Amino acid sequence: MTTLLSAQNVSKELMARFPDMVVESSGSAVLVKSQALLEVAAFLKATPGLDLDYLTLMTVVDYLDYFEVVYLLTSLQHNHSLTLKTRLFDRDNPSLASVVGLWKGADYQEREVYDMFGIKFVGHPNLKRLFLWEGFQGYPMRKDYL
Amino acid sequence: MGSEKPAVPYSSVDLDWAEGHTIESLKAESTQPIPDPVAWIDEEIKRNVLVSSVDYVIDWARRSSMFPAGFGLACCAMEMVATGTARFDLSRFGMEVFRASPRQADLMIVSGTVTWKMAPSVKLIYEQMAEPKWVLAMGSCAISGGTFREYYSVVPGVNRIIPVDIYVPGCPPRPDALLDGIIKLHHKVSKISIAKRH
Ligand code: SF4
Repeated sequence: MTTLLSAQNVSKELMARFPDMVVESSGSAVLVKSQALLEVAAFLKATPGLDLDYLTLMTVVDYLDYFEVVYLLTSLQHNHSLTLKTRLFDRDNPSLASVVGLWKGADYQEREVYDMFGIKFVGHPNLKRLFLWEGFQGYPMRKDYL
Repeated sequence: MGSEKPAVPYSSVDLDWAEGHTIESLKAESTQPIPDPVAWIDEEIKRNVLVSSVDYVIDWARRSSMFPAGFGLACCAMEMVATGTARFDLSRFGMEVFRASPRQADLMIVSGTVTWKMAPSVKLIYEQMAEPKWVLAMGSCAISGGTFREYYSVVPGVNRIIPVDIYVPGCPPRPDALLDGIIKLHHKVSKISIAKRH
């Protein structure tokens, strides 16, 4: 069975490498600052012992004050998993680095998030609406839609 | 052989915007339900003997071998498929051949939620079917949008975009209910006169 990595241990490694970038860690979830997301993700994927080489899912939660982007990462080699989170406070023009370069599976999921929440993923090869059509007004999964 | 890029007839961006435009214009023109094409049943048509016996034969032929278009949209499609299996046995009514092409089909069973993105395709399939053609709206989603009536992405009833002959309520309707709707449609078809249709 897949075991959950302890976020405390991982965040210790992360803090040594990226000082000031880890906001909090609890359970198996690490919350990092959004500007460091891509470097942290690359670190988690490439570090021996962690090897989080598989993106199980990514999604977004709208807390009205901020968007929380959630990545559920798994290592196929060690069979353990970790949740990586980051927060975006800019509601009018939220943007985040794309992780498609690291995990190909993020392609459609980032497009879905863009479609439903309007978060722009910088560096995404084909960022356009996935389920809705071009010309649709607004982002329907936001809490303040309607 | 050449190093220059081959000429691309269109870009995917143009295609996306064209699709968006099609959907938006369909949405704008489909604000009201299309009335039931049932008015002709109530009209008393003075038939002469010849027409009514020709009618009888033609209507018998039409209702006895009505081919549905194989066309599933959402969860209701499972019940439609079940209706075609041996347990409920749609072939008792000469209808077991679900046609893969709308050009060979007489009946369109709209089984499930119609989204605005799907709506132009639904309309296109309807238009591709040859006359005479009938539409059966299966389930509350196809009838009125059902649970999703107020949604941003769902057509509030397929009768906004195409005329519907028979409504089968339920979420999903049981195969028996679908069969009942089909039998009612057969009764309806047997009242059609070639002297007057629509
Ligand atoms: S009516 Fe119910 S079963 Fe049928 S498509 Fe809608 S939600 Fe699904």
